Amino acid sequence: MPKTITIDPVTRIEGHAKITIYVDDNGTINDAQFHVTQLRGFEKLSEGRPFTEMPSLMARICGICPVSHLMASAKACDNLMAVKVPVTGHNLRKVMNMAQIIQSHALSFFHLSSPDLLLGMDADPAIRNILGVAAKRPELAKDGIRLRQIGQQMIELLGGKRIHPSWVVSGGVNAALTAEHRAAMLKEMPEIKEIVRRALNWYHPVVKHYQEEIAVFANFPTLFMGLVNKNGEVEYYDGTLRFMDSAGNIVSDGIDPSEYDTWIGEKVESYSYLKSVFYKPMGYPGGIYRVGPLARLNIASKCGTPLADEELAGFRSIQKGPVSSSFHYHYARLIEILNCAERVEDILKDDECMNPHVRAIANPNSFDGVGVSEAPRGTLIHHYRIDENGLIKWANLIIATGHNNLAMNRGVLQVARHYLDGLNPKEGMLNRIEAVIRTFDPCLSCSTHAAGQMPMQIEIQAPNGEILKTISR
Amino acid sequence: MTANGQIKIFTLKIDGKDVSARSDQTVLQVCRENEYFIPTLCHLEGLSNIGACRLCMVEVAGQRKLLPACTTMVSEGMEVTTTNDKLAHYRKMTLELIFSERNHTCSVCVSNNHCELQYLSQKLGINHIRVPYRFPKFAVDASHPYFILDHNRCILCTRCVRVCDEIEGAHVWDVSGRGIQAKVITELNQPWGSADTCTQCGKCVNVCPVGALSEKGRSVAENTKRSGFLPYLTARRKEKI
Repeated sequence: MPKTITIDPVTRIEGHAKITIYVDDNGTINDAQFHVTQLRGFEKLSEGRPFTEMPSLMARICGICPVSHLMASAKACDNLMAVKVPVTGHNLRKVMNMAQIIQSHALSFFHLSSPDLLLGMDADPAIRNILGVAAKRPELAKDGIRLRQIGQQMIELLGGKRIHPSWVVSGGVNAALTAEHRAAMLKEMPEIKEIVRRALNWYHPVVKHYQEEIAVFANFPTLFMGLVNKNGEVEYYDGTLRFMDSAGNIVSDGIDPSEYDTWIGEKVESYSYLKSVFYKPMGYPGGIYRVGPLARLNIASKCGTPLADEELAGFRSIQKGPVSSSFHYHYARLIEILNCAERVEDILKDDECMNPHVRAIANPNSFDGVGVSEAPRGTLIHHYRIDENGLIKWANLIIATGHNNLAMNRGVLQVARHYLDGLNPKEGMLNRIEAVIRTFDPCLSCSTHAAGQMPMQIEIQAPNGEILKTISR
Repeated sequence: MTANGQIKIFTLKIDGKDVSARSDQTVLQVCRENEYFIPTLCHLEGLSNIGACRLCMVEVAGQRKLLPACTTMVSEGMEVTTTNDKLAHYRKMTLELIFSERNHTCSVCVSNNHCELQYLSQKLGINHIRVPYRFPKFAVDASHPYFILDHNRCILCTRCVRVCDEIEGAHVWDVSGRGIQAKVITELNQPWGSADTCTQCGKCVNVCPVGALSEKGRSVAENTKRSGFLPYLTARRKEKI
């Protein structure tokens, strides 16, 4: 009798999800689905609120990447006001966005994924966590915690607090940088680079043991999308959208973020609250694409900073054309941390960062505003419409995890088909299915605009929904 | 004050301690002069007192009921208790009821960190609201060119009504409805932006203790208030009269 294996919830990711695997009588995997199981409705509850409240209101979508939402939301509001943000305000926002990328990438790589890499995919789940890492290789765990601390402290130095700072506002930021905080941030940049260097030295030999996983962890041709600057380099805050196909051809370039809906479609599937996002010219689901660190490094000509570009050369040597295995998201994250540290250093070394003019003041001058920035896990789009008094009439958010939804689903199926014995599911196999999801570092709280605790449960179901077997962690 | 307008000096006891007071003072004024803490929300120095918020309730020896300190005049030999378990219980309950009435979400409020309701709740140790929230649906009035009215955050203290009437002299604001249906309105319940009587002075915004009235363009936690001008303005006007 065909069976369904359910992994519910998926662990060591940000938010709630479950995975269902459909198995026939012979144990062959027929299909797999990644379900995001909660809904929060920020698009709806923002209706009627003054647009000036939107950045801080939307930041509440997530406690891990509130800064990303602050950025995209504030940029949408800048466009509603039709203002140009003063250069210093613009650059200080960039610094906070990169601090967010540093801390979030540290969380993904060290806290969530390094247990799989250090202790092995088949290790006892009781120790396969950051505490297990701390026991076996304390310096690795310490580096991860320290890196995240630096990123969070930078956010605090800029915005007054680490989570949900209200410093990013429509038109810029609401306080100039102080000399003391500038110096405090600059002092940390060398340590970030040292930590990443140590992490890379550890990662490179370790990853050689994971060739089988690399071959099947969402390793298939897709498009890639992200922001690039006018030189075609990696961009985290501004720039234009670029799509690259699996052969490395740039298929759409220079897309003004405000025209995202000409190129990007959203499809609702009945099995998930997370919409599936696709590249419109290739339709659904053919227009499957990936965003995030892997995509950003694939589509860009270079990182634009010396140390990151040196490491990018190593990344490019993995394969000809775009790197296709999602396993390499981990590597891309480390390179991006390096890139962010170097860029932050460049901005903060320039005395322009101390200019007190950091905010443009204006009434709403446009009824439609789009804000696009790069969150740690990929491109984030906020789109608002307002009435003549500046109250929100309509909002649409497309979150990084939504762009990756089709690829995550296909990645789960690929890993399941390779590793899973449908008739006798083992813990290590199931962990690999979760691990492929972790490579994308999905933020499900954001993606359904939600949060929760995650023990793991596997259910084997008959086609009529009867639960034949339940395995719990 | 005596019949011929002379001010007398009274001696009364506050929390067991002798204090002296002028006969034209309220219990609240005397308590504050002597640094006794009494929470208030509807009271604001420079405006008339109406005893609406019920946070300043005190015990007066010989009175069966609790009395609002802001509207109770001092008298000779009066014995006032400002703090005990019963008063603390009532004050907390009053604040909880205020929270339950509308949609007060500090974290995304323009007045976060600058809010008298938030300050008092922290000071009085409110950590739970024991009654169900009502979650009313109020539309935001952003029709005014400079200011925003958000009923979701209003506590009906009526400071806006009084400052507009007593200080500005425009009387744009009023209260419509009764009980739980009560809400502040501009002119005859017309959008604020269409109120011809509004002088756009912003006094109502600056005396609002919460985030119900704010300046346009203010983001979360940016709605700082300047209500210190009121006693000064009131005193100067009295001198001219």
